[in-house]
Amino acid sequence: MILLPVLPIIIPLAGAILCMLFRRNLALQRDLALSVSTLLLIVAVGLMAYTRDGTIAVLHVGGWEAPLGITLAVDMLSSVMLVLAGLLAVAVSVYACFDLDTPRVKFGFFPLMLILLMGVNGAFVTGDLFNLYVCFEVLLTASFILLALGGERPQLEGSIKYVALNLLSSALFLAGVGILYGMAGTLNMAELAVVVQQGERGGLVTMVAVMFMMAFGIKAGMFPLYFWLPASYPTPPAAVSALFSGLLTKVGVYSLIRVFTLIFCTDPEFLHTLILIGAGLTMLSGVLAAASHYEMRKILSVHIVSQIGYIVMGLGLFTHLALAGTIIYLAHNIIVKTNLFLVAGAVNRLKGTYDLHKLGGLYKERPGLSILFLISAMSLAGVPPLSGFFAKLTLIIAGLQQEAWLIVAVALIVSLLTLYSMTKIWAYVFWKPAPNELPDLNPMTPAAWFIFLLPMVGFTVITIGIGIFAGPVFDYAQSAAGQLMDPSGYINAVLGGGE
Amino acid sequence: MTSLILRTATRYMFPPLLVFSVYLLLRGHHYPGGGFVGGLFAGSAFTLYALAFNVESARKLLRFDPRDITAVGLAVALASGIPALFSGYAFMTGTWWKVPIRPGVVIDVGSPLIFDIGVYLVVLGVLLTLVFSLGEEE
Amino acid sequence: MEVLLAIVIGTLYTGGLYLMMRRNLIQLIIGLGLLSHGANLLIFTAGGLRQGGAPILAEGEKMFATVPADPLPQALILTAIVISFAVTAFALVLFLRTYQAVGTDDVDELKETDT
Repeated sequence: MILLPVLPIIIPLAGAILCMLFRRNLALQRDLALSVSTLLLIVAVGLMAYTRDGTIAVLHVGGWEAPLGITLAVDMLSSVMLVLAGLLAVAVSVYACFDLDTPRVKFGFFPLMLILLMGVNGAFVTGDLFNLYVCFEVLLTASFILLALGGERPQLEGSIKYVALNLLSSALFLAGVGILYGMAGTLNMAELAVVVQQGERGGLVTMVAVMFMMAFGIKAGMFPLYFWLPASYPTPPAAVSALFSGLLTKVGVYSLIRVFTLIFCTDPEFLHTLILIGAGLTMLSGVLAAASHYEMRKILSVHIVSQIGYIVMGLGLFTHLALAGTIIYLAHNIIVKTNLFLVAGAVNRLKGTYDLHKLGGLYKERPGLSILFLISAMSLAGVPPLSGFFAKLTLIIAGLQQEAWLIVAVALIVSLLTLYSMTKIWAYVFWKPAPNELPDLNPMTPAAWFIFLLPMVGFTVITIGIGIFAGPVFDYAQSAAGQLMDPSGYINAVLGGGE
Repeated sequence: MTSLILRTATRYMFPPLLVFSVYLLLRGHHYPGGGFVGGLFAGSAFTLYALAFNVESARKLLRFDPRDITAVGLAVALASGIPALFSGYAFMTGTWWKVPIRPGVVIDVGSPLIFDIGVYLVVLGVLLTLVFSLGEEE
Repeated sequence: MEVLLAIVIGTLYTGGLYLMMRRNLIQLIIGLGLLSHGANLLIFTAGGLRQGGAPILAEGEKMFATVPADPLPQALILTAIVISFAVTAFALVLFLRTYQAVGTDDVDELKETDT
């Protein structure tokens, strides 16, 4: 127990160090990345089991008690995110073995991926705002290099937009941290929550909250701050795109949830309504942008934006049920979106293009892959009995309870438009006859192809599983949301006060 | 493009710079200094050398690949957190040992020093990776 | 003193944002640098300006004789400076590569991925 919360940070770091030391041995790096990711997943599941009954795993690094030292605190939301990150890491490592070209692997894909994971996990477990900033920078720096790795022209162009906007967001974040420190004299999130709840200097708190909203909004891809996302995500190889789509924006969303349930929850009428408006516009603009694209990865990238809208919608409604919906949606989205990117990568692997007009007839050639796509796409659109349906249902019921008719209407319309986009990909890529015969570029043996598809099969099984076992999943999300709605447990666990 | 003055001066400057970097590293626990500044100092010594002569000879002087230095530094920094675990404290708790260096003289060596050495190596490695790859560009 | 620093911070932010909106890549980097300096100075100022000694207890003492300076803002700034140093170095390399690949430093030309 004394070590458990820090393991999700140490394990990828140790893996990255080993990968760097064995720079020349690419096969070993692959094995290392895979085993480290698996270990990470096991630790995350262990943490999930530990926090299952509502206890919060707290570690004061270096023995300095909160609020003086660096605190790591894992609650149910954090442990869900850690498990998802571990799952994603395993899937992407398997996938990357086949998808990535040797120069990219040689340049350090695996160590960079592990450092990215270290940053992501650090952001999930930290109980301190400044450490959150540091973790963000760690994962951003790793993602900058991963995005530019290979140095093709679109990648470089996308990277510049990504780098510039994310650094702007970091500067905003840092300024917010500074003002908060000046106001409260602490950056420990639990103690900040106590100080802010005393209700002094309400105006300043609201201003800082909006700064955080902007900073995390850029990272999460909220309207109107998301334009870097469709410009950069489709440019790197599918393994990198999948990793980014699954983890990076979600860290932004996680931070939004953490900060706006724990610290800035004193003025929900203004702040959370602002988030709700942002959520509606994010959903709508993302899905409308997707309608105009005819490139698989582009469509999926702008759909990330519209999905972020759903996730943030639950935070904007700010009720127990809505937060439960947000958590289910977060889990569902990470799994399904990553899977769609992986399938898109597999299509590109077979035919050498992502262009909807050039592709066609894949259902006839590869029925297995097509089914994998179809299930994930339907889940994304929210067709029962898959995971997306229950996630959307929870959010919409929560919206109806709050009598927020407008956002519910928007959510339903966007859901329909998502179905349209997914059907478009299905019809163009898999269903319609191929416009002119594209040669099959796949050099893999059937056995290798099978392993290549394994991560996608796994994710598809999970999305069906969440749909079938919706009851237990919903119960878990309910208790996780309960922890978020009543932060006193978190505060007591970190500060050691109360009992 | 390299000047005789710079080259000669570098020959004399290089060893004191490295010694001073170690001095800064060891001084860092209670006084201004520490692994970061020390690493930067050592890094700038090698950068100066690369400017005065060329990147290749600086690489040769360094002997190790800067990326290996970074990795070892990270490993050392990570390892500094482990001794605390054996005594049942939280990860990274400062642990101190008495080390006799001469009869009658005992100095305190602690895990923060090990951490600082790790930082020193990481900073040195990262800085030189950057400088060398930019320097080999043209 | 606080007023003076507030003016300096404001100037840094203004300059940084202005440069970021220019079309030149190098000016974009300089702008980002100014912005992070502004943020660092903001932490420093917001943390409270106070004259005091180093917060290290002398041998045998249990209390500070005078109120020491708050070390935390400085530690935060140091970390932020290190991070922005690394990120700026990376951004320089990235922009150099882009300049070599695209042949221009005009941000307006980089719109291949926008459609």
